[in-house]
Amino acid sequence: MASRELESMYQQVILDHAKQKHGFGLRDGASGSSHQINPTCGDEVTLRVHRASDGSIESISWEGQGCSISTASASVLNDLVHELSDAEATARIQAFRELMQSKGAIEGDEELLGDAVALGGVSRYVTRIKCAMLPWVAFEAALAS
Amino acid sequence: MTIETNIRTGLDGAEVERIRSDFPILGRTVNGHPLVYLDSGATSQKPRQVIDVERAYYETTNSAVHRGAHTLAGEATELFEAARATVAGFVGAGEDEIVWTSNATEGINLIAYGMSNTSLGRGGAAAERFRLGAGDEIVVTELEHHANLVPWQELAFRTGATLRVIGLDDDGAIRLDEAAEVIGETTRVVAFSHVSNVLGAVNPVAELTALAHAVGALVVLDACQSAPHLPLDLHALEVDFAVFSGHKMLAPTGIGVLYGRSELLNALPPFLTGGSMITTVGLTESEFLPAPLRFEAGTQRVSQAIALAAAVDYLGAVGMDRIELWEAELGRRLVDGLTGIPGVRVLGPAAGAERVGLASFVVDGVHAHDVGQFLDDRGIAVRVGHHCAQPVHRRFGVTATTRASGYLYTTPDEIDLAVQAVADSRRFFGVV
Repeated sequence: MASRELESMYQQVILDHAKQKHGFGLRDGASGSSHQINPTCGDEVTLRVHRASDGSIESISWEGQGCSISTASASVLNDLVHELSDAEATARIQAFRELMQSKGAIEGDEELLGDAVALGGVSRYVTRIKCAMLPWVAFEAALAS
Repeated sequence: MTIETNIRTGLDGAEVERIRSDFPILGRTVNGHPLVYLDSGATSQKPRQVIDVERAYYETTNSAVHRGAHTLAGEATELFEAARATVAGFVGAGEDEIVWTSNATEGINLIAYGMSNTSLGRGGAAAERFRLGAGDEIVVTELEHHANLVPWQELAFRTGATLRVIGLDDDGAIRLDEAAEVIGETTRVVAFSHVSNVLGAVNPVAELTALAHAVGALVVLDACQSAPHLPLDLHALEVDFAVFSGHKMLAPTGIGVLYGRSELLNALPPFLTGGSMITTVGLTESEFLPAPLRFEAGTQRVSQAIALAAAVDYLGAVGMDRIELWEAELGRRLVDGLTGIPGVRVLGPAAGAERVGLASFVVDGVHAHDVGQFLDDRGIAVRVGHHCAQPVHRRFGVTATTRASGYLYTTPDEIDLAVQAVADSRRFFGVV
């Protein structure tokens, strides 16, 4: 019914995240926000960063319209950011970017990337990498804003 | 009797198989499956006859045209101009009414920039009818491809004219009642698509042209999705300008056509200027050639133009009327199949209504990208996204659709494979 490659891109954990959308729903009180669009398909995400009193990242909140890959990617990102410093967050973004650019060559560090390693299969599909990156790019911009 | 049957029913299966054997790419596999190419609305595949003509040109005749006196220059110029005559004949136009462009997008920009140049004072009295300013209106429809929308938005910004839009009904048809209200004494240009690249309906060219001409407005027809798929007679349609792209009709990329009524083209100031489009060049000003050459600055796309002529010869030999009928059958089969799947909504004309061989659709609970990825896994190529037409998607409350679009080489079996894969995608993504 579907190839192994397709099954590896759409792992059950990804399809579950795409449905459950952890962190979905924008909340007030953000320290920074970013709106990103993928001009080739019109997918979009708005992502906000919420900080604790010590300046660390408390959580993100997001909304958007997109495919299961971009939606799941935002959901897994939500689960990874709690209590991170900006430097730690930036390291995770960098690790995820490397995973996406790996063309399937690396598996991804589960310690660092949690469920996001399940998105590793996307890296074999050059047309879909942007989908997975969309919320991470928004996160990166929201941290800086 | 046989011929009459063929005319009524379009192509038959055996003929389509013969046609398919002319397209080398249709023999390849994708992800372990035979390629099912249903993205002809984006760009068509190319038959050997077209590829061979372009190769032969480079192997035997290659030279710059309309300059030089050597033998190759003469032969290349003859082929280039013969191609213009062939393409003119294919769309019911005069040779001097066919301007080569890179694609339809450049053609529309050529008109828009010619009009802006007029508005800045170029072109003299002859160009008066192209002059735009505050109080003038440009009219488009809500279903336009970005190529027939953004250049008009920009022209409006540059000239102070106002852009107005004719809306659609719920089946995606252009609302003629609204058109009659929008098009009025201040309308200077009415630009619209012959066939929507998203909805697949054939738009009412005669009615819109009559409304425009009644108020003295110019009609610009985007024929990108009609020239490849149905018989086109631009003189009979009475439009003032039309554009289409070669790569959607079996020809290479990099070649397109702007049609303009002869008297209009000869009054419109040039867009791109430079070599080859002039008569006399002084140090501070120059005089231009008549149309079409005044719009063809710089070294031209010779191989592509010749290959486009080979493409329309190929289409003409099959017969555009028969291609149209074949694709209408494909479109019916596609829409019937898709509407039979629970949770699938087809945009545009309802099942049974007239449409060309394409359909854009939404699968509830499965994003278009995911549908497309699932189909690609089976070697089925479809377009996903907004198809360069965001406003019409917004009109129907979606950001992205999946579009399957066939051509003369598409078989009913391929349509069935695509429909089955769409049904299966729902199971894969867990919405059933």
